[in-house]
Amino acid sequence: MYKEKDFGTPASSATQTVNLEIDGFKVTAPAGTSVMRAAASIGIEIPKLCATDSVEPFGSCRLCVVQIEGGRGMPASCTTPVAEGMKVVTQNKKLADVRRGVMELYISDHPLDCLTCSANGDCELQDMAGAVGLREVRYRPITTHLNAVKDESNPYFSFDPSKCIVCSRCVRACEETQGTFALTIDGRGFDSKVSPGQNEAFMDSECVSCGACVQACPTATLMEKSVIDHGQPEHAIVTTCAYCGVGCSFRAEMKGEQVIRMVPNKDGKANHGHSCVKGRFAFGYATHKDRITKPMIRSSIKDAWKEVSWEEAIAYAASELKRIQAKYGKDSIGGITSSRCTNEETYLVQKLIRAGFGNNNVDTCARVCHSPTGYGLKKTFGESSGTQDFDSVMDSDVIMVIGANPTDGHPVFGSMMKKRLRQGAKLIVVDPREIDLVKNSPHVHANHHLKLRPGTNVALINALAYTIVTENLVDEDFVKTRCDVASFEKWRTFIAQEHHSPEASESITGVPAAEVRAAARIYATEKNSAIYYGLGVTEHSQGSTSVIGIANLAMATGNLGRSGVGVNPLRGQNNVQGSCDMGSFPHEFPGYRNVADKATRTLFENAWQVELSGTPGLRIPNMFEAALDGSFMGLYCEGEDIAQSDPDIKHVHAALRAMECVIVQDIFLNETAKFAHVFLPGSSFLEKDGTFTNAERRISPVRKVMKPLAVYADWEVTQMLSNALGYPMNYTHPSEIMDEIASLKPSFTNVSYAKIDEMGSIQWPCNDEAPDGTPIMHTEHFLRDNGKGLFMLTEYVATAEKVTPMFPLILTTGRILSQYNVGAQTRRTDNVAWHSEDRLEIHPHDAEDRGVVTGDWVGIKSRAGETVLRALVSERVQPGVVYTTFHFPESGANVITTDNSDWATNCPEYKVTAVQITKVMHPSAWQQSYADFSEQQLELLETAQQNG
Amino acid sequence: MSITIYVSADSSAVSLGADRVAAALVKHAQERNIEINLVRNGSRGMYWLEPLVEVEVNGERLAYGPVQVSDVANLLDSGLIYGRKHPLFLGATEEIPYFKKQQRLTFARVGITDPVSLEDYVAHDGYLGLANALKMNQTEMVKHVTDSGLRGRGGAAFPTGIKWNTVLNTPSEQKYIICNADEGDSGTFSDRMIMEGDPFVLIEGMTIAGLAVGATQGYIYLRVEYPHAHIALNAAIAKAYKANYLGENIQGSGKTFNLEVRLGAGAYVCGEETSLMESLEGKRGLVRFKPPLPAISGLFGKPTVVNNVISLASVPVILHKGGEYYRDFGMGRSRGTLPLQLAGNLKHTGLVEVAFGMTLRELLYDFGGGSATGKPIKAVQVGGPLGAYLPESQFDTPLDYEAFAANWTVLGHGGVVAFDDTANMAELAKYSMEFCAAESCGKCTPCRIGSTRGYEVMDDIINNVDREKNIVLLRSLCDTLLNGSLCALGGMTPYPVLSALNHFPEDFGVDA
Repeated sequence: MYKEKDFGTPASSATQTVNLEIDGFKVTAPAGTSVMRAAASIGIEIPKLCATDSVEPFGSCRLCVVQIEGGRGMPASCTTPVAEGMKVVTQNKKLADVRRGVMELYISDHPLDCLTCSANGDCELQDMAGAVGLREVRYRPITTHLNAVKDESNPYFSFDPSKCIVCSRCVRACEETQGTFALTIDGRGFDSKVSPGQNEAFMDSECVSCGACVQACPTATLMEKSVIDHGQPEHAIVTTCAYCGVGCSFRAEMKGEQVIRMVPNKDGKANHGHSCVKGRFAFGYATHKDRITKPMIRSSIKDAWKEVSWEEAIAYAASELKRIQAKYGKDSIGGITSSRCTNEETYLVQKLIRAGFGNNNVDTCARVCHSPTGYGLKKTFGESSGTQDFDSVMDSDVIMVIGANPTDGHPVFGSMMKKRLRQGAKLIVVDPREIDLVKNSPHVHANHHLKLRPGTNVALINALAYTIVTENLVDEDFVKTRCDVASFEKWRTFIAQEHHSPEASESITGVPAAEVRAAARIYATEKNSAIYYGLGVTEHSQGSTSVIGIANLAMATGNLGRSGVGVNPLRGQNNVQGSCDMGSFPHEFPGYRNVADKATRTLFENAWQVELSGTPGLRIPNMFEAALDGSFMGLYCEGEDIAQSDPDIKHVHAALRAMECVIVQDIFLNETAKFAHVFLPGSSFLEKDGTFTNAERRISPVRKVMKPLAVYADWEVTQMLSNALGYPMNYTHPSEIMDEIASLKPSFTNVSYAKIDEMGSIQWPCNDEAPDGTPIMHTEHFLRDNGKGLFMLTEYVATAEKVTPMFPLILTTGRILSQYNVGAQTRRTDNVAWHSEDRLEIHPHDAEDRGVVTGDWVGIKSRAGETVLRALVSERVQPGVVYTTFHFPESGANVITTDNSDWATNCPEYKVTAVQITKVMHPSAWQQSYADFSEQQLELLETAQQNG
Repeated sequence: MSITIYVSADSSAVSLGADRVAAALVKHAQERNIEINLVRNGSRGMYWLEPLVEVEVNGERLAYGPVQVSDVANLLDSGLIYGRKHPLFLGATEEIPYFKKQQRLTFARVGITDPVSLEDYVAHDGYLGLANALKMNQTEMVKHVTDSGLRGRGGAAFPTGIKWNTVLNTPSEQKYIICNADEGDSGTFSDRMIMEGDPFVLIEGMTIAGLAVGATQGYIYLRVEYPHAHIALNAAIAKAYKANYLGENIQGSGKTFNLEVRLGAGAYVCGEETSLMESLEGKRGLVRFKPPLPAISGLFGKPTVVNNVISLASVPVILHKGGEYYRDFGMGRSRGTLPLQLAGNLKHTGLVEVAFGMTLRELLYDFGGGSATGKPIKAVQVGGPLGAYLPESQFDTPLDYEAFAANWTVLGHGGVVAFDDTANMAELAKYSMEFCAAESCGKCTPCRIGSTRGYEVMDDIINNVDREKNIVLLRSLCDTLLNGSLCALGGMTPYPVLSALNHFPEDFGVDA
């Protein structure tokens, strides 16, 4: 199997170069490069164990010693920087003696079980023993670590200290790469040993199981249990993680069609060789026994499922859709594209709907997460996307995180952000809750935590803007040259009104005015300030207003158009950006072009050879309304679980029950499928080719590493359905779909599979103007028609969801590191070891008032419904605010969320629900009835599988 | 008229009973209605005479010692306060040959003044170095130190002026001065003596260092095993702040220098400058690789002077009397004086500050008076636990860095520990490995594993298990330690081991 080259030490970013000679060969290397790396660059491999290019050099193993002409002794090549004219010798008798002496010491405290060792074939210690020619261990060791006890507590990897060589690579990876500092060396001298936490088991320590230590370990000490069970992989395929919007590049290391392990790709431009517990380890769901691999149909959701052939399932689905259209009209059916599927698949689903269904009833789950981002950034900047690449954060001096929790939600980017914060960047956290970045990440703390009341984002952002404008902190040059000046002047007058002042807003937001002013000052005055935000911004009744307010802040302070600054939405799912780009919204064709626009429509009509509707279709909530009205009767839902993820879930369930044909295409019988009539088995990201686009607009390859369990990839299923409906699709490979996308989407003109293969990944826009893509947008001009950034007014309007004596607390939601979204994937992995149920965080004061202690069952009642969770009393939330995650369907978090939504995009107001909390003894009535329903549906599935 | 009596508060003197003697003096004098002014000074460094009681008579200090509590009444009754003869009477302190033959530049005030009296310090030429320094620019200050030829007294003997110059020329908004007061070498005590006996000289030296290189913050990294020094330093620092010798705008100069004492946690390796800085930063005492040099990227990544106590305490006299004055002492490239510490099996243990150049033999016999047991001196370990053992054939080596290096021996911090002919050198070699194993920080492989293996190999040699093979293995291990170790702990452990083996093979059961 091809192994990634390890240069021993990280690359130097210096532009100045140095010339030297190594073993008589001339080398030129950037200043600051280690002698080891310079040697590796010309193919001279100096023996090494403690050095690896993912962490800073340490100089402890002493295998890499070299001699330097005119220098004393034998310096370690990993810690010796190159110097002009330096002459290095890497091999001679004296060096060989020292290396062999060191290796003899290592092996005097190492088990001699290479043949049965899990690292056999992938062990650097073994390689180095071979390289230095160790033939004998002359010591008669008495004191050893050979009887050290294994720690098997982590579900994914084992820790065998008897094989540890104390190179500290794991400790350094935990510190430098992940930033968790869970590992240390305990004891000193010969007693030195790797210790999770304070001599705890891995699972009891602060370890977040990101895998960086396992990745860094040169021996079998930290080893994936999958490798212990199955042996070394034999080939590797580079692909992209299907979890969050960071879009980490991975090597799927395989044995035939079996994934042995997922290893973060060092060349991955989003993750640079780092990973989190989900992408690194939680891939077992892809082959979980719950996978449904045969198509199924039934005429009523009360009926048992019947396993059928693909032909029959597709024909049935098509006939039902045709029947419904014949009976209820052309617009009575629609579909939902998935932010988890590939760009190509998403593109195909919306094409099927627009061209095959003949209407624009297509929407995507971005509706419920980042639709305000699309709206707000399109309006102000001219493009519905974040402005930066992830690496930009390493140039930031101030980082403002609003309504996002990167260390849980976007952990790999969170680690990069923490690295920058440890280097001294200042941090402003705007969040009702104390996320880990505030003060629970080692060596990181927020300079300002603006702990606002949920639902008051706009008031707070306005107060920041007020401070910037009235304290003369505006970057006038930037505004004059880059922005629409008339809009700015209007905004300046608007925002300078007294009611926007931090003092006036304090009673709304609960944030002390002085804190707001201080934060605004550093944001406006430090060299590079960047904003990162998440669903805490968008999922509000004023989500779009907040996004616009953020854009205004960045423009007013000139924090756009270069590295270190920008407006950065952190996308929740792997392909939220992509699904939006691909035209998943009912009013927009691919590339965010309005369906009502004649010229655009003509372009697509010509390409697709069909007449297209110019009327925007239904958004997801409208589909539900229409279903209950009796005018929307058929739904094709690919890779989404609206029956769990959408707000006011009882309403959603009623709508689904009202439909005559619900077609679900998914890898599992998800919650939505329990209401379905046709089930088309989907394929996991490991089973198909395609691309995902991450939060930094990076189009990354998804590669088929195994055959689809259900025979077809999702794009093939969509194509079959389309053909059955009479709209022909004849793609033979997803690359052809991408070629079609590139031909229709101006920002994708130069994108092709060939180019992606060549570059590894591409950040759009990638066209003649930017042939190799665009890491940072709006560098010269904005993408609006006149090239100028537009300021828009952002009046604060309080949400209708108000606290009252009946509902005195505000519930807000978030997610946790080990689980992902609705949990369909992660709940089917060992990640449940970290988080096996959703809990309700409640402040000690509120808990005390209600006699609640941690672990109690509490009823959560809102205007929409009621559910029950166990309580976790915590000061992370402020008094008056309760918080929960929503990873488990039985939690029913969306039973209580309301149908309030963003004024512009209908993005649900998930983040603000007025509730009352009471101590209870039983699950809620909804939970009981839903449990019964679920059980019944699983029985109906079993019937199908027994008969099939 | 009150009589001034001096009893040392030095911890060695205290361990020999000085506190009890002082208390007895006060009590018995009171009983006799004798008004005495008791001063607890530093030690004169003649430990075999401690507790030493000095009485000032007509401006001259006369000595009695060693004094036990049971002697006190008798001494007073015999006319101690008039300097009358007594079996313990030693005459004028400064005429005692051991003391008289020394050249005390750095230790000029130790044993003479009240250690924590700023007035006393100033009255004995204290702060004259700083006064001169304040009249100079930074380059001139550094030049005096460079000209003096002062080399690091901690053991590495790196030219102090060059180190200071590097820090001076490395631009940074913050620089630091660190005094390495983690004096962990066995048989050494000069740092302790001066910190207990004349803390102001260290404070003055650090202040000058700070002014010279542009550092505004200094730290004294003091080993926790020195509680008396801790008290003395803190008392002196408080007085220096109060009198504006520390803090902002020192003596109206507009210059700032702040100083505080930080305690170690008992690790020998934290006397190594890079692990010392790790420890100061609040981390595990793990050795850092170099480069970067601490002078360029030291404490918290800032340019840092790390100097030993004696190096810094030698700075005031250099700035007071000029680099040339100091340079006039010594030989070859070893300039000035070295405070040597005599310990182990010697008659006259104590501190001897002399110019470089005297032979080891003179030191052992003329000062040390030969072995305490009267048996022949078999070997002398110079330079602490990592120093080589010198056999009698090397006793004529002059005390000079280069002359010692030529013998594959080291002067180090000037600790001299003598052994008589009952010492078994193989056991001592095993002890060296044991010491290394106990004190290794555990970072580099040779030291982490090699020291433990070395101990085991020595055990086999001593027990005659595969002795010949194990001698070969021991030499090969020493080679790995010497060439492969990250710092001097592993890198120098072979010095005592191999010198013992090479000079005393018979103790290892090997034919000479």
